[in-house]
Amino acid sequence: MNDFFQNTVEIFKKELKSEFRTKYVLNSLLMFVLICVSVIRFAAGDEKIDNEILTGLFWVTIFFASVSSLARTFIKEQDKETSIALKLTSVVDSVYSGKLIFNLILSYVTGLISLILFVLIMNYEIKNFSGFMLFFFLGNTGLVIILTSIASIVSKANNKGTLYPVLAFPVLIPLLVSIIHATKLTAEGAETFSLYEEVIIILCYIIVVLTASLMLFKFIWED
Amino acid sequence: MNLKCSNLSKYYNSKLIFKNLSFEINSPRTIAITGSNGSGKSTLIKILANLIKPSSGSFEFSVSEKIILPENIYKFTGLIAPYLSLYDELTGYENLLLFYNLKTGINKPTAGKIEIINSYFEKLDLVKAKNELVKNYSSGMKQRLKFAFAVMNNPSVLLLDEPTSNLDSKGVSVFFEIINSLKDEKLIIIATNDENEKSICDSNINIEDYK
Repeated sequence: MNDFFQNTVEIFKKELKSEFRTKYVLNSLLMFVLICVSVIRFAAGDEKIDNEILTGLFWVTIFFASVSSLARTFIKEQDKETSIALKLTSVVDSVYSGKLIFNLILSYVTGLISLILFVLIMNYEIKNFSGFMLFFFLGNTGLVIILTSIASIVSKANNKGTLYPVLAFPVLIPLLVSIIHATKLTAEGAETFSLYEEVIIILCYIIVVLTASLMLFKFIWED
Repeated sequence: MNLKCSNLSKYYNSKLIFKNLSFEINSPRTIAITGSNGSGKSTLIKILANLIKPSSGSFEFSVSEKIILPENIYKFTGLIAPYLSLYDELTGYENLLLFYNLKTGINKPTAGKIEIINSYFEKLDLVKAKNELVKNYSSGMKQRLKFAFAVMNNPSVLLLDEPTSNLDSKGVSVFFEIINSLKDEKLIIIATNDENEKSICDSNINIEDYK
C-alpha cells in the first residue's frame, strides 16, 4: 500500500514536470476554452444569453476541452514507448491514480478559468455560488475519472481520435444530465440542501466509476 | 534466483512464433537467446519481463523456492531493449531518479540513491549530459542511459535485448566491463546474434529449435 502511494506521488510529479516543460495539455485546454467563449460571445452579439443556456454551454465547453486534451496522458506513453519503462518500475494502480490526480488538477484549473470567462464575458450569473462550486467540483471529478479510464483504453487503439468521444459520451450521459440540472438550479439560486438527491446521485456515480476504473485498469495496462 | 519455463508457446494471431520452449536455469548464469531476425527472441524477453503473456505454457521466477508473483516480477528484473524509451522531456538524471524512486518503493532503503545514480553517469561517461534533456541525447547516449536504468536498482535478473546496439566501441567496452562484474551474482539473459555478446554467455538457447 505504501508503495502504491509513493508511486502515485512520483507519477503525479513526473506528469507535472513533463507538462510544465511541454505545456501541451494546458495550452490546448486553455486555447479550446478561450476559442469557445469567444465564438459564443461573437455569435450572441449584444444579446443577453439566458442563464439556463449558459449553464449548458459552460458544460459543453468543459466536456469538449477535456475530451480534446485529457487523453494525452496515456496516449503519449504508448506513442513514445515510455509505457514499458513505467510497467517495469511501478505498481500498476499507481499509474492510473497518479495520472488521474494530474488530470483532476488540470481540469479544475481549466474549469475555473472557463467559469471566470463565462462570468466576465457572458455575464453568467450564479446566485448560489457555494452550491454551484460543489456541483462544479463533483461534475469535473466524475468527468475526469471516466475520461482518464477511457484514455487508457483508447491509447491501445489505432483510431484514437474518433474512439475517445464515442466511448466516453454514453458513459457520461447520466453524469452530464445530473450535473447540468444541478448547476442550472444553483445558478438560479436554489438552496444546496434542496439538491441533496443530486449530490447523492453524483457521489454514487463517482464511487461506482472510480471502483470500476481501478478494477479494470490492471487488465487494460497489462494487455 | 531460479527461472523455470515450461512449454512456453507464443502465437501472434495464428502465426507461430515459438512453441514448447522449456528450460530451467539458476543464477549466477548468463545465457544467450539466439535466432534469426523475427524468430521471437524479443518476444521471449517480453514474456520473461511480464510485458506480454505467453499463448500457452508458463514460467516462474523463484528465490529460495519461493515463487515470485507475476505482478512482482518487475521488482527483480532489469530490462534493456530497443522498444523501451525513457522520457524525452526529462533530463537523464531526472529519468533515473524517477525510475529509481518508483522501483525502490518505500520499504527499501533509499539512502545513497543519488550516489548510485551519479556513479552510473560516471561509469557510462554521461556526466556532462546528466542535466540535459533526453531528447537532445544521441541514440548511443540513450542506450547507455537505458543500461543505467536496467542495472541501477541492482535487480537479480537482467534481460538484455540487443544491449550493445547503437553503442560506440567505448560504450561496448564499458558494457562488457559492467556485465562481467555482474555475471557472478546475477541471472543474465541476452537476446542477441552478436558474436561478442554470445562470447560472454555460459550457454545458448536457439529459438529456431522451437518452431
